[in-house]
Amino acid sequence: MTENQPLNFKKEYDVIIVGGGPGGSIAARDCAEKGLDTLVIEKRPELGTPVRCGEGLGKAWMEIADLEYDPDWCKRETRGAIVYPPNEKSLKIDPENHGYVIERKIFEKKLAEQAGRKGADYMLKTRAKKVIKEENKDGETQVKGVIVENDQGETKEYRSKIVIAADGVESKIARTAGINTKNPIKDMDAGYEYEMTNLKFPEDQTRHIHIWLGDEISPGGYIWAFFKDEDVANVGIGVNPTKAEKSAKQYLDEWINNHPEYFKDAAITEKKGGGIPLGEPIEEPYTNGLMVIGDAAHMVNPIHGGGMGQAMEAARIAAETAEKAIKKEDYSAEQLSEFAEKWWEKRGNQLKDIQKVRNFAESLTDKELNKLREIIDQEGVLELIEASNLKKFLKIFKGSPKIAMKAAKHLK
Amino acid sequence: MALEIDREKCMACGGCVSLCPADALELKNKELTIDHEKCVECGNCVKFCPVKALEIKKDQQKGEQND
Repeated sequence: MTENQPLNFKKEYDVIIVGGGPGGSIAARDCAEKGLDTLVIEKRPELGTPVRCGEGLGKAWMEIADLEYDPDWCKRETRGAIVYPPNEKSLKIDPENHGYVIERKIFEKKLAEQAGRKGADYMLKTRAKKVIKEENKDGETQVKGVIVENDQGETKEYRSKIVIAADGVESKIARTAGINTKNPIKDMDAGYEYEMTNLKFPEDQTRHIHIWLGDEISPGGYIWAFFKDEDVANVGIGVNPTKAEKSAKQYLDEWINNHPEYFKDAAITEKKGGGIPLGEPIEEPYTNGLMVIGDAAHMVNPIHGGGMGQAMEAARIAAETAEKAIKKEDYSAEQLSEFAEKWWEKRGNQLKDIQKVRNFAESLTDKELNKLREIIDQEGVLELIEASNLKKFLKIFKGSPKIAMKAAKHLK
Repeated sequence: MALEIDREKCMACGGCVSLCPADALELKNKELTIDHEKCVECGNCVKFCPVKALEIKKDQQKGEQND
């Protein structure tokens, strides 16, 4: 057996990426395109499954990730949102930037196809157990690749100049390199979702994503419906485990049962669960020879829990950083810190501000949420969730002392 | 006391894995595994589980049905 046989892997790569989700495959595509020898290690036997995702993706993220519209995975265009405060007096939001509800199973495969065409290797059904650590010339620990358990149950070593940890919410590989990727339970929402068919929503509302808020129905989170067709949608929930009295599934089931107008004749075609890391991103998602991207580094929008876009954006920055480091033959933490610097500037600081908005929103009672809906219009909601002008809101809330007090506490 | 998984309910979503302070949980071949030697029975995973598939059972309840 030689390295040249089609199914054999090299012993050494420029970049090894752990995890073949959207972040991992975009990193692989970019690295391979830059001429780097790239390997993706994926523990699942098939990319894209199981799905643990609401499957909403803004068009802006597609541009950032350099992805074009593809009817194979862009299931349905969304043109805005309908938000229901606890009293269900809904607010329609029509932002300029639209998006798609995607078919994640197909999406992940297509991304891998793109990366494969550029020359990246994929090793499936293989678990990355830990990083290879060696001492570098400065006497520090340097990551030099990964030790894996392959689909034959064999333990093998694959060496690389750089490792990118893109192994998602249950990330372990970065921990073996000394980066704490764990989530405190208060920052991890429990997610549960059904894909359902034969739904009965007014037709003119099925191009909007629907968001239902309230401590009664989903403490510390929200319920969503993202449409894939007129009568097909992902209907899901996120709840904060420290606030919830029941399981996420129980909250969702009860809520669905209370809304026969939408769900009376519905059938469930898929069940999905997952953890949504909503805490602050990891401050320094890198070490000697390793970078961490996506959910593994908590790069998630803390308001809506979306993480695909953030992961793909970080993947591109990590690939750029890897190319530079390899050119300079410098894989030190100092060199790789450029990745973190760029990411914080581009996205991280905004996510930190959005975290403030989340803390503010979570502090509101159901009554105050109803009130909030009367005070701010759709532009206000958009500005608030983007955290684009937080100071402005301190003024807007002046007429409602309780909300203003909470805003003063959280939005500063 | 021991942490137990209800395999019928567990969706192997992995959310609990990153909450485990003791590294006792892992997803292997689409199945959640518990390392009882490591488990400190803190209850994080129990509280989190979206489908209540995890439970810390008292020893005397072991083997009993419908508890």
